[in-house]
Amino acid sequence: MSMRLFVSRDAGAVAVGADEVALALEQAAAKRGVAVEIVRTGSRGMYWLEPLVEVATPQGRIAFGPVTETDVPSLLDALASNTPHLLRIGATDEIPWLKRQTRLTFARCGVIDPRSLDDYRAHGGYKGFERALSLGPEAILTEVTASGLRGRGGAGFPTGIKWKTVAQAKAGRKFIVCNADEGDSGTFADRMIMEGDPFLVIEGMTTAGITVGATKGYIYIRSEYPHAVEAMNAAIKAARRGGYLGDRIGGSTYSFDMEVRVGAGAYVCGEETSLLESLEGRRGLVRAKPPLPAHHGLFGKPTVINNVLSFAAIPFILAEGAKAYADFGMGRSRGTMPIQLAGNIRHGGLFETAFGVTLGELVDDIGGGTFTGRPVRAVQVGGPLGAYFPRALFDTPFDYEAFAARDGLIGHGGIVVFDDSVDMRRQARFAMEFCAIESCGKCTPCRIGSTRGVETIEKIIRGDRVSENLALVEDLCNTMKFGSLCALGGFTPYPVLSALKHFREDFIPAPTTLQAAE
Amino acid sequence: MTAVYEPAYEASYESWDETRGAEIIAEHASQEGATLVILHALQEAFGYVPEAAIPMVAQALNLSRAEVHGVFTFYHDFRHKPAGRHVLKLCRAEACQAAGGDALAARAEAKLGVALGNTTADDRVTLEPIYCLGLCATAPSAMLDGRLIGRLDEKRLDALVAEAQR
Repeated sequence: MSMRLFVSRDAGAVAVGADEVALALEQAAAKRGVAVEIVRTGSRGMYWLEPLVEVATPQGRIAFGPVTETDVPSLLDALASNTPHLLRIGATDEIPWLKRQTRLTFARCGVIDPRSLDDYRAHGGYKGFERALSLGPEAILTEVTASGLRGRGGAGFPTGIKWKTVAQAKAGRKFIVCNADEGDSGTFADRMIMEGDPFLVIEGMTTAGITVGATKGYIYIRSEYPHAVEAMNAAIKAARRGGYLGDRIGGSTYSFDMEVRVGAGAYVCGEETSLLESLEGRRGLVRAKPPLPAHHGLFGKPTVINNVLSFAAIPFILAEGAKAYADFGMGRSRGTMPIQLAGNIRHGGLFETAFGVTLGELVDDIGGGTFTGRPVRAVQVGGPLGAYFPRALFDTPFDYEAFAARDGLIGHGGIVVFDDSVDMRRQARFAMEFCAIESCGKCTPCRIGSTRGVETIEKIIRGDRVSENLALVEDLCNTMKFGSLCALGGFTPYPVLSALKHFREDFIPAPTTLQAAE
Repeated sequence: MTAVYEPAYEASYESWDETRGAEIIAEHASQEGATLVILHALQEAFGYVPEAAIPMVAQALNLSRAEVHGVFTFYHDFRHKPAGRHVLKLCRAEACQAAGGDALAARAEAKLGVALGNTTADDRVTLEPIYCLGLCATAPSAMLDGRLIGRLDEKRLDALVAEAQR
C-alpha cells in the first residue's frame, strides 16, 4: 500500500516553497522505490508551519513543518523507520491552534483535495444543498434568516433579508454574484476557501440561485489571485460534469450555471455597485444607492451580491440547521467568523471562531505577538479602511457592534499587527494615499479629499503648523466620512482618525531641545 | 499525482497583428459585458493592449472609442506598452509594511536604479507595486513573472532581483 502524503497547494504555501517540497518528496520517494501518493490540499491556515507535510496513519494525520526541500530525505527516513523527526508536530487534529477553533466554514479546508468533487462529497459536501432542495425556497429563506448570518464582506447586512428581497422581485432574469475581490490587506480567507474548498462556494451560490429564482451566477475574482481563479475554474468544470451546475442540477427541476470573471487591479471594485459596473464591462464607478442591487443589480436585474464567506457559510446552515449556526456568537453577531491574523505576527493564519473573542486574545494569545519579538503597538482591523487599535483597546470583543462602538470595524476580519517601530504618521498618510490611488473619482470628497489629505499629513510630518494642520485633517476626515458615495472615501477616515486619536504622540513634534541634542 | 508546478518562465508574447487581434476580439465579443474579458485576452496575447485595438473593440461591442478607452485606462492592470522582460511586483500594502516591506521596496529600487512603477533602461525588469497578494501571514511578499514569493528578506530579495536581471 502506498503512503499518502498531504502538501498544500494554497498560494500562501506555494509562496514559501510547497511546490518544491512536493516535487522533492515525489522524486526522493521514486528514487527509493517507495510508493507515495501526494495529495495537494488547501492550507490548514497555520502559515508559520508552511510548507506543512502531513502523512496519513491509522490514527489520523501526523503533521511535520515547516518543511524545506533539504528536510525531505530525513523526513522520508523517519517515516520509513517510524522514528522521531525534528519537525514532527504530532497529530494535526490535536494541534492546539487548530483545536481551539470552531471550523464551520473552513472544516474541509486543508483536509480535502480541492480538485475532487468526490472528496468534497465524501466530506459532507452538497449535504446542505440536498436538504435545500427538499425544503424549497420559502423554507430556505426562513433558515438563512434564522441563522442570523450577516454579510461577511464587511457591511454586515443580514443575508436572509437580502435574499428575500431578490426572491420577491419580479423579473425575467435574476443573478447571483459572488464578490471575490478581496482587496483588503491582511485578509486572505476568500482566497484560502476558493483554493482549498471551491465547491463550497459553488454550493452556496447554487443554493442562493434556487432560492431567489436565478439561473446564472458570476464570481468576480481579483486578478492578484491567479491560483484562486484556476481553482474555481477547475471546480466549476467538475461541478458541471457531476451534474451540480447546468440544467436540472442534482436531479432537480432547477437550472443554475456560473462563470468566473477576473478583475483588473481596481480596489474599489470590491464595493458592490462598482463590481457590478465592472462585470458589465465598464469603468468601476460606484453607483448611488438606491436603487439597491437587490432590485436593480447586474444588467439592471435583481441581483444577490454576497461575499465569498457569506456564500460559504450557507451549506453548513442548511445541512445542520439555522440553530446550529446561530448558537455560536454574541449579540447580533451570530455564528463564526474566519479571522485572519497577519503582518508582523508570530502565528499568522486563518482562525475561525465564534464572535466574541477579544482582540487581545487574538493578537497576544493566539497570534503569539510579533515575529520580530518587539512589543505590539498597533493593530489595524478590517483592512485599509479599518481603524488602528492600541493595546488599551485590546479588550474589545470581535463583534460588529462592539467595534463600531469604538469607532472601528471588523470588515472582512483581517488583523494586521505592527510592532513598536511603526510610525503612525506614515500609516495615516498611507491610508489617504491608498484612497487617492484607488478612488474611482465619482465623488469629490473621496477624489479630492484623499489627495489633500496626503498633502496635509505630509505638512504635519515636516512639522509645518502642526496643530492647525491636525485640525484641518480632522475636518477633512469628517467631510469624507459623511460626504462620500461609498465606503472607500467614507471609511478612509477610520485609520486616519484612529491614528490621530490613539497615537497622538507620533504627530506632535519632539521638543526642540531633544532635536538639538541629536 | 496531479500537481501543476509553475516554472520560472520568461513571458513570451506575440507581436501585434491586426488579424490576430480581431480573432481574439471575435472569440469573446458575444459574452455579456465583454470589455474587460477582451482587454485581458489581448494583454495575455500581446503583453499589453495596443492602441490600435481600442477602436476594434469598440466596433465589435457597439461602443464608442471613448467608452472603451475609459475602461482601458480605469484599471491598473492594463498596460499601454510592453513591460520589461521580467516583471517584479512588490506588495506595498499594510501587512507587508508591518513586516518590513518599506525597506525592501527601497532596496529593490536602489538595486535596479528605478523607482516603483518603472522599467530599467535595458528593458530587462519592470518593478511595480501591488496592493495585496493575499499572502499576509507570510509577509512581506512579491511576485516575479507570476511566481509567488513569501517571507521576503534582504537575501531573498537580492536573489530575485539578480534572477530578474539575468
